[in-house]
Amino acid sequence: MTAAVIVFPGSNCDRDMARAIELVSGRAPHMVWHGDAELPDGTDFIALPGGFSYGDYLRSGAMAARSPIMAAVVAAARRGVPVLGVCNGFQVLTEAGLLPGALMRNAGLNFVCRDVPLAVENSQSLFTSRYAAYEEISIPVAHHDGCFFADDATLDRLEDEGRVALRYLDSVNGSARQIAAVLNDAGNVLGMMPHPERAVEDVHGSRDGLRLFEGLLNVLA
Amino acid sequence: MKVQVFVTLKPGVLDPQGRAIHHALAGLGFAGVEDVRAGRFIELELADGVSEVDVDKMCDQLLANTVIENYRIVGFGAG
Repeated sequence: MTAAVIVFPGSNCDRDMARAIELVSGRAPHMVWHGDAELPDGTDFIALPGGFSYGDYLRSGAMAARSPIMAAVVAAARRGVPVLGVCNGFQVLTEAGLLPGALMRNAGLNFVCRDVPLAVENSQSLFTSRYAAYEEISIPVAHHDGCFFADDATLDRLEDEGRVALRYLDSVNGSARQIAAVLNDAGNVLGMMPHPERAVEDVHGSRDGLRLFEGLLNVLA
Repeated sequence: MKVQVFVTLKPGVLDPQGRAIHHALAGLGFAGVEDVRAGRFIELELADGVSEVDVDKMCDQLLANTVIENYRIVGFGAG
């Protein structure tokens, strides 16, 4: 696996992401600065980490989605390179047009930071093949802008096409249909609000995020 | 030339901030406020030759997220 973690000004989960990737693959990812124009040669997995890129100015993820490296990320995604966006990374992917919908202020207006129970709705994807169908897992969230919104036609399409990868099992942030993670139409881009990189070691209290990275490694190795 | 851009949530999109403002107004004793929607105001100082079409593109590409927001440009033709 030749992984790249994109680092924006204000990213704060980039090193957690790198640690999780190295833990699973045995290889440290490239840390790629947002101002770079190109990804390292042979990049076969891209991770957009959580954080508060550009201080969430304008809208969460809006500025990061227009930063120089994103043209290369979009091009790679269109070629089929797996792209994982977590939390702020999910916001960046929607702002960049790689995923449908938008992530808005939590319905309760509170910053929500806790472990949340999730159902694996699609266990066939590149990212979720190591989970059982409808398995219940626990992964932490930590966000203020995690309320997933899309119009009804888009939501119906996502459901019909199996592109809802994870669903919250309780009310977390007001997301439409309790959607926690979404795939693109080709299935190689996943955006999710929960942080799988924060659930990969015993010290984290849950290792339910580990299999997401293991599943990817299986595909890429 | 100064141009104003008003970015507003589309009808039907949940606006928890507007709801909280509404609640606070009621708490202050202001009756008769039936709904509150919060939005964003952006003022642009433009050089000569920048057209409304250009500003329209700015809105589509960055200033508004058209998945959830509408925008209105004010100031062209105002002299």
